[in-house]
Order: sequence, then structure tokens, then C-alpha cells
Amino acid sequence: MSINASGWRPEAPVAGGKASPTVTGNKGLMLEEKLIFEIGDVETTGVDFAEAPPLQGRGWGGAVPGAGLGETSPTPSPSPEGEGSADLLAGLFRTTPIGLPGLSEPETVRHYTRLSRQNYGIDLGFFPLGSCTMKHNPRLNEKMARLPGFADIHPLQPVDSVQGALGVIHELATWLITLTGMHGVAMSPKAGAHGELCGILAIRAALEAKGEGHRKIILVPESAHGTNPATAAFAGYQVEDIPATAEGRVDTQALIARLGPDVAGVMITNPNTCGLFERDMRTISDAVHAAGGYVYCDGANFNAIVGRVRPGDLGIDAMHINLHKTFSTPHGGGGPGSGPVVLSEALSPFGPLPFVAKQADGHFALIEEETAGDDHPHAFGRMVAFHGQMGMFTRALTYILSHGADGLRQVAEDAVLNANYILRSLDTTLDAPFGASGPCMHEALFSDNGLATGFSTIDIAKGLIDEGFHPMTMYFPLVVHGAMLIEPTETESKAAIDQFVAALRSVAERAKAGDVSLKSAPHFAPRSRLDETLAARKPVLVWKEPVLAQAAE
Amino acid sequence: MSRYFTEDHEWVEVDGDVGIVGITEYAQSQLGDIVFVDVPEEGKELAKGDEAAVVESVKAASDVYSPVSGTVIEGNAALADTPGLVNEDPEADGWFFKLTLSDADELNALMDEIAYKAFVEKL
Repeated sequence: MSINASGWRPEAPVAGGKASPTVTGNKGLMLEEKLIFEIGDVETTGVDFAEAPPLQGRGWGGAVPGAGLGETSPTPSPSPEGEGSADLLAGLFRTTPIGLPGLSEPETVRHYTRLSRQNYGIDLGFFPLGSCTMKHNPRLNEKMARLPGFADIHPLQPVDSVQGALGVIHELATWLITLTGMHGVAMSPKAGAHGELCGILAIRAALEAKGEGHRKIILVPESAHGTNPATAAFAGYQVEDIPATAEGRVDTQALIARLGPDVAGVMITNPNTCGLFERDMRTISDAVHAAGGYVYCDGANFNAIVGRVRPGDLGIDAMHINLHKTFSTPHGGGGPGSGPVVLSEALSPFGPLPFVAKQADGHFALIEEETAGDDHPHAFGRMVAFHGQMGMFTRALTYILSHGADGLRQVAEDAVLNANYILRSLDTTLDAPFGASGPCMHEALFSDNGLATGFSTIDIAKGLIDEGFHPMTMYFPLVVHGAMLIEPTETESKAAIDQFVAALRSVAERAKAGDVSLKSAPHFAPRSRLDETLAARKPVLVWKEPVLAQAAE
Repeated sequence: MSRYFTEDHEWVEVDGDVGIVGITEYAQSQLGDIVFVDVPEEGKELAKGDEAAVVESVKAASDVYSPVSGTVIEGNAALADTPGLVNEDPEADGWFFKLTLSDADELNALMDEIAYKAFVEKL
């Protein structure tokens, strides 16, 4: 035989080997990456530009050699021809280099690619952030939103050239009205809290039209979203809390007892932030109406009841719908959101401009201040410059049409089924304060009751990061100590939920047993536990060039 | 000298017509690490219940209400650089401000130490 004497002798790996720290800080595929200012230098550029011509007479001697390339303080040198002419920059010309990071193209590509790999999103894994409805975003939505007829139009185009887009807005509006059993809809608000403001302003306009602008109180139960009292206060109302019952719902008797001629309305989140359906909604609405007030419903959790419950049947006067939650237009990371507000017959006349109206001949018109005429004299005003979030409208309508009425009903059913599966899988491991209140809706709520001394919800959340999950919502709602609010959504498979349950069960058992390694978790993330106190006491808000050590001579 | 407490977890230590105000041990334990404190300036007139100071932790920013009416003599300057004093010693070195009481009768509506302790235990 012939021998390949290369020295390579294939063999099984030695078991039990321990990793030693790496010189680079990289851990295999988990690559460290510095801030963009800390890599490269200001004198490098990935693109060549011709030398800038001098800006004669404008204060800035653009032709100073090395200007902007890292040399210190090039002196402005107005050229002789410019002497005496006006300084067009009013003395605000730049006197120091701009200090932009200088990276070559491959360095730039690697920088952003490495950062993107340190990110976590719904396309990567389970994202059970309670009250945020982080569900899968169907790619069909994206395909439709990118059609040139939707993506390449401008809000100031003549309406005759954008009939298709206006038709989408009208079609979506019709679906939202039908699904909620309401009378009208304001499509323009840009997100949930913006929609809340729209609803409250419509209520205020309706009260003022009746000569009852003196009503200054908005009642907000403890189980409402935090934005509700903020919205009411922003609109100039005084907020009064209504307590929750032991089972996590609005204390209906306390609410009814508080009603009176000074109450403008109530803001109720349904399903509420304890993940429970407010069963007394109809009773509450009737009582509020009898007392001369209006009912605002925070519809951020509509995902749990779409196709099953029509808020209009519950006596609600205004409710925002988060298209970016219920109808899966993407959110997280800053938006964009979209928060249309459905309105009752009583409030519809007061809704904002502009809106799309379908005329008898099938033509879509945009009703604005100039065209509202006598048909819409009570509109409270305008929330936004243009029509709303067109890109979200196309996505939401695609989602609605691709699911159909039966599919939307199944969305709610599966979201509730998944949440109850989590609630009942974990209620022997963790304390479920409202577990006895019956089935939950789209989210399951646990407390930190029963953890070892010194351990809190944040330790469980950090432990979940090591297990590869985005943590749940923590310490909210405030009515539960150390709250953990888990929303799986309908788009997770049983296998994915089972894996999450196994991970949370393991981390929770460690927290109950006082496993100290949990106090410094996460250990496997690009960064371990941050010192939030130090970060808040001595915040570093901008990158500063380090002072170079003087070279020893 | 005697010390009084409010239901909003402020304490006031009174000596003659001068009161020293701070937040209680229970309050600091609930807030977590304090990262910023804003104390009132000398000469500020406060009515009982007025927002007198702000205390901020990683968790939340909270208003501190004046337990009594009066005129501020001095804010605790040490808290600007070492807000952590409120965590370490909330009922002594971590005081917020001193004021001249304008109505000593207001003290009658406050709790003494035993009553405050009982109040906290029920929370």
C-alpha cells in the first residue's frame, strides 16, 4: 500500500474538552463588532470623490488640502475674489473636520452584517412580548405592498390617478367597520396611541357640540394600557382610576358608582392587559351612555376577538385597531404603525379629515377641508398631513383578503388556544394570579410569587435570552407583582410553544431554587447583564474620540 | 425632635420650626438604585402636598411631595453627585431638603413611626 504521510489521522473528538477564551473575543460564528467609530479611520473612504472646488466668497475655503480628512482645524480662507461679498453661511461655516467614520466597502458590509446577526426578531424565533402581538408577517403582504401602483405613488397626485390606492383604503375601511360592527372609521391615525387621541378628540367634539364641554373626567381602570390615561391627560382631561377586582377585571360597581355629570367617558382595554375579556362591557357601556358619557375601547388586543366579537355590539363608541398587530403589518423596532379608529353612529360625524368616500358612480373621492362642504361640518380637524399609512393599508387588506372571514375567526381562536396552552402548561410551575378567573384570551399572565429570595422576574427574562428566546413583557400590568405577560400569537406551532414552555419551566425552576448563575444571565448573548444603574447615573450618550496617549520620546 | 411620615413615603424631622425632609427606607427599597435627584432651591415656597423634588431610579421617575408647608432653606447638594446616598442612608444622609415650617399644626395629620410601620406592613 502507499501511505499518505501528511500527519492527518482522523479520530473522534476528545470528550470533555473545555473552551478557553479567544484572543479576538469572537466565539466561533458569534463575532464581536466594535462601534463604527472605533473601526477604520477618518482618512479612509470607500468611494473616491474629485477635489471639491473652492467656495469663493462664502467663507469656507473648500480647497484647503486635507479638509475633512482628519487634519485639525483647517482655517477658513476666503479667497481674495470673495472679499467684501456677503458671507452666505452667516459665519456658521465649519472650522473642524466632520469626523465621519472612514471604512472601505468590505469593512462596511461586514460591520452591518455582523450587527444584523446580533439582532433578534420574529423571523428568527419565538417573540412572546405580551400586548405586542409579535406574529408572523406573511410575505404575500410585502409582495402586494411593493406593487408599483401602491409603492410608487405620491399623496399629492391627482385623485383620478390613484383610484386603485383610494379603493384599497375604502375596501379596508369597509372590512374594519364590518368586523367591528361600527358605523364609521377614521383611517388616518398612525399608531395605537395616536388612534386613542383621535377617539378622545372625537368624544370631546361630540360633548362640545352638545354643550357639555364641561365634562372633564375620564375614568380609566387599572387593567387598561398605560397609554390610555396618558392620552386622556394629553387631551386635557383629568384621569381617575377605577380599581380592578380580585379576578383581574374592571370593578363594574365602582365604575358605575363614579359616573356623573362631570364624566366625559371611560377608556377600557378589552381584552384587558391581564389577558381577560371584560364580560361586563355591555353593562358598563349602557351605564356610561345613560350618564351622558362615551365609551372608548383600547382595541390593541383585537387579535384575540377578531371574527368572534363585534365591539359595536358592546356599546363601544370609539376603538382603535392596531393594523400592525391584528392584521400583521410588521412592527417592532420602531414601526411603522397604523391605528385606524372605528366610530359609533354617535361619534362618526366628528371623525377627522381627510377620508375616502365612494361616490354613486364608483369613483373614489378624497374628502378634505376644501371638499367637505356642508356634508361633514362637525369634523374635529385633522390628525395627519395625508391619508394615513398607505403601506400598512395594503398589507392589512392583503392579510384580511388572504385569510377571509373564516380565517380571521380562526386567528382569534388559535391565538386564544395557544395562550391557554401556555397558561395551563406553566401554572403549576409559576404563580398564575388570575388562573382561577377562567380561560385567558390571547396572553397568559404570571407573577414572581414563589421565587427564591432575591430573585425576580428580570432574572427569568435574562435566563430566557440564554435559552434563545426574546423575553416576555415584564413588570406589566402593574396590578400583578413581578408580572410576566406572555403572548404567543396564533402563528406559533405547537412544537415551538412546547420548546418555549420547556425553557421557561427550566429557568423558573432555577429561579425558585436560587441558582446564582441566573443573577448574571445572559451568559451566551453578545453582551451579558448590563449595569443599568451605572448606565443611568453616568450615561455615555455620544461616542467621543479617545484622548491619544502621548508617545514616549 | 420628632419625626413624622406621610402615606406617600416621605419623612419630616422637625426641630423647632425647621423640618428636614426625605423619603423612607421602604420607598428607596421599592425604587431600586437611585440615579438622579432634583431638590428644590433655597427660598422656594411650598404648600403641603406640592411637588417639591424628583427622584429617579432605573425603574421610574417619581415626584416627592412636601409633607408640610413652608419655605425651603436648603436642598441636599450632595445628592447631585451621589444620588446613591438615598439608597444607602435614606433616613439620614440621604435627606432631600430643609424648610421652615409655616404651619406646625399640619404635623398633626401625619403618622408617627409606629403608625407608618403599620401602614407599610399593610401594603
